This record gives sequence, C-alpha cells and structure tokens, in this order.
Amino acid sequence: MKSDTITKYVLLVSSIVILLVSAGMVFSLIGDALPVFEKFGWRFITSSEWNPTEGRENYGALPFIAGTLSTSILALIICLPMAFATALFLAEYFKKSSLSTIIGSMVDLLAGVPSIVYGLWGFYTLRPFIVSLGLDAQGYGIFTAGLILAIMIIPYATSLSAEIISMVPNELKEAAYSLGATRMEVIFSVVLPNARSGIVASFILAFGRALGETMAVTMLIGNANIIPTGLFSTGNSMASVIANQFGEADGLKLSALIAIGLLLFAITGIVNAIGKLVIKKLS
Amino acid sequence: MKKLLTILLIGAVMGACQTGNKKGADNKASDSVSIAAAGATFPMPYYNMIIKDYIGKTGTLVTYGGIGSGGGIKSLKDKVVDFGATDAFLSDAKMADMPAEIVHIPTCLGAVVIAYNLEGVEGLKLTSELLEGIFMGKITNWNDSLIKANNPGVNLPDLAITFVHRSDGSGTTYIFSDYMSKISAAWADQVGTGKSLQWPVGMGAKGNPGVTGTIKSTVGAIGYVGSEYAFAQKLPVALLQNQSGNYIEPSIASISAAAQGALPADTRAMLTNSDDANAYPICGFTWLILYKEQAYGGRSKAQAQATLEFLDWVVSADAQGVAEKVNYAPLPAKAVNQAKSILRSVTFNGEALLK
Repeated sequence: MKSDTITKYVLLVSSIVILLVSAGMVFSLIGDALPVFEKFGWRFITSSEWNPTEGRENYGALPFIAGTLSTSILALIICLPMAFATALFLAEYFKKSSLSTIIGSMVDLLAGVPSIVYGLWGFYTLRPFIVSLGLDAQGYGIFTAGLILAIMIIPYATSLSAEIISMVPNELKEAAYSLGATRMEVIFSVVLPNARSGIVASFILAFGRALGETMAVTMLIGNANIIPTGLFSTGNSMASVIANQFGEADGLKLSALIAIGLLLFAITGIVNAIGKLVIKKLS
Repeated sequence: MKKLLTILLIGAVMGACQTGNKKGADNKASDSVSIAAAGATFPMPYYNMIIKDYIGKTGTLVTYGGIGSGGGIKSLKDKVVDFGATDAFLSDAKMADMPAEIVHIPTCLGAVVIAYNLEGVEGLKLTSELLEGIFMGKITNWNDSLIKANNPGVNLPDLAITFVHRSDGSGTTYIFSDYMSKISAAWADQVGTGKSLQWPVGMGAKGNPGVTGTIKSTVGAIGYVGSEYAFAQKLPVALLQNQSGNYIEPSIASISAAAQGALPADTRAMLTNSDDANAYPICGFTWLILYKEQAYGGRSKAQAQATLEFLDWVVSADAQGVAEKVNYAPLPAKAVNQAKSILRSVTFNGEALLK
C-alpha cells in the first residue's frame, strides 16, 4: 500500500473513534437516564424538589439547572469586560512592551492552573474577604461561586481573544493609520470587525468551561439543593451535585444523577450550537 | 490526622512488600491467598491499622478500599470482593435484593458528634427540642431564648446559625437522621432517615473533612461529624441530653455505653437514642458483610477459610484493643460473642468454616 493510503486510513479510523465515543456516551447516558424520565417525565426538569430519602424519592433538576446557569452567566458577565480589555491590552495596545509579555505569560499560566487550586484559594481567601467586606455573613453562594468561575475563565478567554486579535493583518491596520485614523478608531473599526467571530468563539468556550466546572464551585456554592433566591443565596450546580452524590447513589437516584449529566451535555451542546450560529452570522 | 493516614498507608505498602519478599523466599507459604474488601470510609483508619497488624502477623495479604458504604454493598453484590463494609445495615428489602443470603459482622462503634464554631463557648448543652429547632430552621440565632435558657452563664452571641451538613451520601448522615427521626416527630414526618436527605435548612460540604473545614472557617456554624474525625481534630462538641435526661459528652466510654443493651441475633440494630443513663445518644455500629455460603463464583476453600480467619481475628481482643487508639469504641463483650457465633454459621458447601 502507498504511504498516502495508509495515512488516509489512520486519519479516518481516529476520526471514527471520536464519533463512536461520543455516540456511545450519549447512548449510555440516555439509556441510564431513562428510568427517571419514565417516572417523572417533564417534571424532572421543572420540579424543584430533590428528595433522595428512601420511600419518598422525588427528583427534580431545576435547582441545579438554575445554579449552573446563574453562576456561569454571572461569571460570563464579569469576565466579558475584564478579558476583553486585557486581550486588547496584550495583543494591540501594548503589543511589544515587556509588561505585556509578563502579563501574557501570567495569563497563560493562570489558564492552566487546575480548578481545585482556585477552589482552595476561593475557600480560604476569597470567601473570608467577601465576609470581611460585609457583603454576606458566611460568603457561600451564587456570588462567590460565580466570582471564582469568572476568575477561572478570564485567563482562558483572554488568552484566546488575544491570539485572535494579534492575528488581524498588519496591512489593514497600517492602511487605516495612513488614512489618519486614531488608535481607537483602528481598534473599533478595523481590529474588532476582523476578529469579531474569533472573540465570540473564545467567550463561548470560556462559558462552556464555566458550565462544566465542578470542584471550585462545589467548595463555594454551599451545596444546598434549592433554587437560589438571590445573588448571595446558596445553591448547587449540576456538575457539583453529580460529583457529590454519585458515590452512594443507586437505583432511581443514580438514574437521576445520570439524567442531570445528560442535561448538562445537552446544555453544553445548545450553547455550542448558538455560538456556531453567532460566529456564522458575524463572519 | 493526614500524617497519620500517610504513615498508615506507607506502613500498609511496606507490609505488603515484606509479604511479597517472604513469598519470594518461601514459595509454599500461605499459597498466596489475598483477601479483597471495600466499603465504608468511616471505619477506614481502624481497618487500615488492624490490616497492617494482620499482614505482619500472618502474611495473608488483605486490601481494603474506602469507597463508601453503598460501594461496599455493590461490590459484594457483584462478587468482586471477599467481604464488604457498611455503616448502615441492609434493610430486609436490600437483603432480599442480594444474590444470596448475607450476614452482618459488627466491628466497632462510632458516634456522630455535634460540632460548632463559637468563640469562647465550651460545653454547649443541647436538648432534643433544641436539636430539632436548630436543624429544622426554627431556631436561627445563637442568642435565641431557648438556647440561652438551656445554657445559663454561657455568653451566646447575636449571630446567625449556619447548619453545615454532608453534601455527599453518607453513613454518618444515616445515623444522624435516624436519631433525629427518633427524637422529633416533625423531623420523621418532613425529613426522614437516609444517607442523603432533603435538608430543611443549611449548606452542604463533602465528607467529614469538608464539613469540619467549613465549620472551622465559619463563625456561628454547627454541624454533625463522625466522632473518629472530630476527636482526632479536637473540635469543640456539644453535650447532648440523652433519654435519661443526662447531658453526655461524646467519648469512648459514653459511646460504648450505648451498646450495652440487648441486641438482635443478627446484630442489625441502630444504637441511637439508647436508654442507658450514661450513653451518648447518637452512636452506631459499623459492619462487615459477607455471604453466608462461601462457595460461590469459583472461590477456593482456602480463600473462604482465610477470609473467615481474618474476620474472626477482627472481633478478637487483639484487634479490638487497637480501636481506641484511632478513636473508635471497641465492641462490648456481648456483641463480640454474637459476632463470633454469626461467623461460625458461615459455611463452605454447607460445612462450617470455623470451629
């Protein structure tokens, strides 16, 4: 066989493996989640009752869906201006200064720190700080969890956006400058329109990371299985409840946890689909 | 505690290596029988300690995986371990769900203590009514007149009560909620007993270390923690009023007292709310579980024999003496005798393995 053909088959096989793995995952998630949907139907998604006590089992995933979405959206709101500004600073405004090199490598370093480290720092430093500011008596809840998520995803979004921004062709910028455009005008009418879809994609990836984050959230969200009532209310997230409760789970409860996993899978899929649509529209 | 665990772990590994060496030198010794077990994390420090001793004494390799009571039951059901371990005994329904008849062997006693974080407050005294009030969210501030009335002379601050419970399923939660259901009709009605619950108030943290860490770092927090962990961490704990009206501090002696009463023949009993005058009220056994008929899944008789010999040793004075060192209460003599007679009812092809 020619080496070309061999390469072709190797590439084909590894791509098919990915397809099989994701299909297998969805298939087994659906299979194991089925009992809880059969029993509760749509109520599983719309009910806020989560009662694992034997004899009065009743499972509703709404508190966890609410917790995951509220912390992740809060994180995204905090992350947007911060990451955007830092990315512009690094990739455009002070592109070649030594300060931006230092900050750039710090950002990359922070993007790679394991989430448990953020969780520890959040638990022992950020939470007491929030308490000392008088924002909340105990410091556990949606706000603290959202804040730690924001801190986690900012480097991620920054690093990706900066990469995209620095890829805008110099010729375009030079042309704008030669026409007498100010720096601001170059950024907002040349750089951003060119980098728009890539920046949006980087924030969607960051949002996806926030949705699935487990350890740091579980250490700070308070793990109360209720729909959060406010910014400082305790709650629980989808990933966190799975991580916490799978150990002793069996029967219907295990099925409920797997169903939450399936929902998380679906939510991540929807977010990605929306992202793809936005990117398509923008570019 | 962590250091101790690390030392234990290293010890266990070294012990294992030594047996390996011995085997290399003398091929015939013990015919390489190794026993596998898994289950509850609550008694794990104790099991690690005695397993190390046992390996040193006999050369029989025993491994124990702390994967939780639920995992222990599942592993025995799937027949991937020689015996499982659980903090909550199997209900009749769950026993029937196992592929064959199983027996419970109690190994030691532990308690669930109520730990709190209040500056300068020691020896907080709590009654059943106060426990119900605090854990069901009816009493929300430490300077509540009901708590004050029960603790004269104690300077209770004007501070919100934060209840910290387990976020993961746990035998500790089971024992705690079993007690709460016994002392409070409202609790039994609205919350019930289980390894994880629908909590009326409070926030969750993972495992005894998580609950302890959250209590330690949160002024005004109160929560329940496994005694072995609380003792090792020297947490301030509340004195609870038992059935006889005495305020009891959790200790090895007051935990042992809870098991003095009569036990059912299969030892499947909850020891909470004991009527003994000196007993701490939230105590429980932890059990090892195994199949009554050991000839299954192609197991050899030597394997079954080795398993039974180990279990017989666990309830012997030799192993029980270690319990206190790692903050568990040893079995009372009566429970030891019952455990021994249960072990003697375990058979291989219908023949008793222990004489």
